[in-house]
Amino acid sequence: MDRFSDGARIVDSPTARLLKSPEFHHLVARRWRVSLVLTACLSLLYYGYILLIATNRALLAQRVGDVVTLGILLGVAVIFGAWLLTAIYVVWANRRYDVEARRLRQRLSE
Amino acid sequence: MQTTLGTPTLSAVLFFVLIVALTLAVTWWAAKRTRSTREFYAAGRSVTAFQNGLALAGDYMSAASFLGIAGLVALQGYDGMIYATGWLVGWPALMFLIAEPLRNLGKFTFADVVAFRLRQVPVRIASAVGGVLTVLFYTIAQMVGAGNLVMLLFGIPYEWAVVSVGAVMLAYVLLGGMIATTWVQIIKAVLLLFGVSLLTLMVLARFNFDVGAVYGAVAERYGQAALEPGGLISDPVDAVSLGLALMLGLLGLPHILMRFYTVPDAQAARTSVLYATGFIGYFYLIIPLVGFAAAALVGRDVIGSIDAGGNMAAPLLAELLGGTPFLGFIAAVAFATILAVVAGLTLAGASALSHDIFLHVVRRGESTEREQVRVARIGTLVFGVLAVILGIVFQGQNVAFMVGLAFAIACSANFPALLLSIVWRRFNTPAAVWSISTGAFLSVLLIVLSPTVWVDVLGHAHALFPLRNPAIVSMTAAFLVGILVSLAIREPDAEAKFDDEKLRTYLGVGAE
Repeated sequence: MDRFSDGARIVDSPTARLLKSPEFHHLVARRWRVSLVLTACLSLLYYGYILLIATNRALLAQRVGDVVTLGILLGVAVIFGAWLLTAIYVVWANRRYDVEARRLRQRLSE
Repeated sequence: MQTTLGTPTLSAVLFFVLIVALTLAVTWWAAKRTRSTREFYAAGRSVTAFQNGLALAGDYMSAASFLGIAGLVALQGYDGMIYATGWLVGWPALMFLIAEPLRNLGKFTFADVVAFRLRQVPVRIASAVGGVLTVLFYTIAQMVGAGNLVMLLFGIPYEWAVVSVGAVMLAYVLLGGMIATTWVQIIKAVLLLFGVSLLTLMVLARFNFDVGAVYGAVAERYGQAALEPGGLISDPVDAVSLGLALMLGLLGLPHILMRFYTVPDAQAARTSVLYATGFIGYFYLIIPLVGFAAAALVGRDVIGSIDAGGNMAAPLLAELLGGTPFLGFIAAVAFATILAVVAGLTLAGASALSHDIFLHVVRRGESTEREQVRVARIGTLVFGVLAVILGIVFQGQNVAFMVGLAFAIACSANFPALLLSIVWRRFNTPAAVWSISTGAFLSVLLIVLSPTVWVDVLGHAHALFPLRNPAIVSMTAAFLVGILVSLAIREPDAEAKFDDEKLRTYLGVGAE
């Protein structure tokens, strides 16, 4: 089993090589980039909605149909949007992340 | 409107007996499969993504959100809908930030993740305190709600309602552990989604399948104001603070996080969140419609006269549209909802006591499988009995703030430590302990001083802390303390283990 005794003295092993490889760094960086961009979209959607209610109630009271208000439409949009963002992440992770992670894992057993 | 609500009708009793019999049969089946800790805490990691999606939704769709949001929408109109959106948006955040690392790093509890490369004893104690506090406040709110609801639905005395919820729920968890709890959760989620969908279909049939006509009827009876934002949200800071607690609190709820250990791997964890978000999103889309229809068809005066909080809006609408049998069904489903949620909470509370405290603090990680399962059951009994006692002690008290408090502690004490331990090499033992303590202490202190408790519960004229939910202050403080202590103190051991942690976080190498 390849383990390191401490962080400074890295033993040259498949594990250590993988940890130092640009591919692994790239994978981790991209995972957080995707996560943070999606989290930012979610926050914009939800806190935007909340702040709009707090600051511009008249806008949300505007009618878009006979009686249906913009507020109702936006509330529904937040729920749909939240689910859509979740779905985008899953599609990305299944198609891209898993493939690359599997490839890197295989290096360890070589 | 004449109602049989509050009298144990034949149909209500029949559906109730059917649901309890079915869930106990499942428990009996699960009990034979519950021998190891892996089975007791994590259902043998054999739950599929779809099943876990339903179980997560079951854990989250409490009676408070089913009956409560429908009631809020019925009585206050649009403002109830703002709650519905707030309850959903934590799920995508859970997916983006926590779900997969949590699954890869942990074994049975979220404390496994925080303590992964830190010193076990202090971190386990701190995490268990954060976890137990969260679960305890959530449980008190559920138990008091359960007592009141069962009293309203079936006419049983409050104490009997609380004791019967406690007894049936303990049977699930003690005998069948996570396997039984998961299946009870799935049965309840399916029944609840079916019941609410049927109710919505009946509403739409009444309005010739024209959603706009439902809103039209509300506007005609209560004016256009019912469809516009009211006074719920006026202060932006308060609104964002509550939003933060709702959104990020989910990422620190032990009974939700624990579910991720029941699936085989991170991929299944990920897919289960997508299913859960779908079910919960669908639920929160149609619940406001049920509330609006209740206002239009049953009327606010009738709903408010039976329960001032509006909790009986959905059951009354069910009776109006489907008669006594449908009311019986909805009442039984509401009861099953309470049972399942309390069972999930009890299992999470028990795992903090037995897995985090007994195994890792008292026994320093060394214990036989036999002893661990026995202690897990003792922990369940302790937590379950405590829940019943607290439920009775808090009878008649205003405990609505306790759900908000549970979310505040979850997002301030549990979530920052969890996230920092996953992403930051420098995060260490003292930082975790201080961050968790700061978050827990500030959430409790500030909510006591806030208008929610200081004015509404204790009856003082002015609050000492202006915000209704302290998350924006307490969570920020917990993050700051975690970061500053990490920068001030070095822990070479923890830093060295971060490489191993990364392999496991991102590639699942060595995940259990």
